[in-house]
Amino acid sequence: MEPESAKFIGAALAIGLGALGPGIGLGLLAGKGLEAIGRNPEASSKIQTNMILMGAFTEAIAIYALVVALIIKFV
Amino acid sequence: MEISINAETIFYIGDFPVTNSLLATSLIVVVLAVVTFIGTRNMKSKPKGLQNVLEMIVESIHKLTHNVIDNNKVAKIIFPLIATFFIFIIVNNWAGLIPGFGSIGVYEMKEGHEVFVPLLRSANADLNTTIMLSLLSVIVIQIIGIAIIGPMKYSKKFFNFSSPILFFVGILELISEFIKVISFSFRLFGNVFAGEVLLVVITMLVPYILPIPFYGLELFVGFIQALVFTMLTLVFIKMATIEAH
Repeated sequence: MEPESAKFIGAALAIGLGALGPGIGLGLLAGKGLEAIGRNPEASSKIQTNMILMGAFTEAIAIYALVVALIIKFV
Repeated sequence: MEISINAETIFYIGDFPVTNSLLATSLIVVVLAVVTFIGTRNMKSKPKGLQNVLEMIVESIHKLTHNVIDNNKVAKIIFPLIATFFIFIIVNNWAGLIPGFGSIGVYEMKEGHEVFVPLLRSANADLNTTIMLSLLSVIVIQIIGIAIIGPMKYSKKFFNFSSPILFFVGILELISEFIKVISFSFRLFGNVFAGEVLLVVITMLVPYILPIPFYGLELFVGFIQALVFTMLTLVFIKMATIEAH
């Protein structure tokens, strides 16, 4: 297999598989967060702040995978 | 369509390479200084116009800082840095969407073939800027921790000799401090750079109408990344002032 095609496959696999975990994680986070808001609407702003914070942590893992894919393709 | 991960140098000052992101950052800093100067001369007690907008921004960051960090002394000391982080990141992210960033440039010969070198590039799309911000953030967190609870108690968090398990946990905490640098910088860099690449690709595929929702997404992501960077710094500062159990 030539290096060019291996690069393409590598980049696609890196981001494709790398987005699986964070996708599931973010879905779980959103579900639990919304459930908590539904139970206790008064604490809604605290829950929202923490939800955004934790969302950023989880999203960062997908971003690492994206950066690796970009490095494989363009460097 | 050319995308390069590292920022291209445009010219040299002596031996120092000036990259297009450095040029853009300097421009943004000058613009920020001019806007602040215009907004704060003839300051009135009842603000109107530009002074009102600036006060609104500063006040909301002030409220955020004092909400997360209960210690009044620390919040006062850390507030200018937090406000700088937030305003620097958000203005640079949004400025990267202005038409001209990435599209106005020169053609240069590099290794035999012609490449297009844009004159301006979003500041956070350069790994140097984000590593600088994250190093600054982590170093300030350590300094605040040592200053507030003292060097002995602070190092007890990482070097805990009371039991083997706690010793291992301490070593993990130490490694996690170094990982914070990488995590901060790559989160910001990845979001902004990937947004740029996305816009370039979408504009290449469907130049009319379709990029509009993606510009909206980029505006949102730029704001969220600035907010997340600031809030994470605040939360880590707060955690650094808590003693180990």
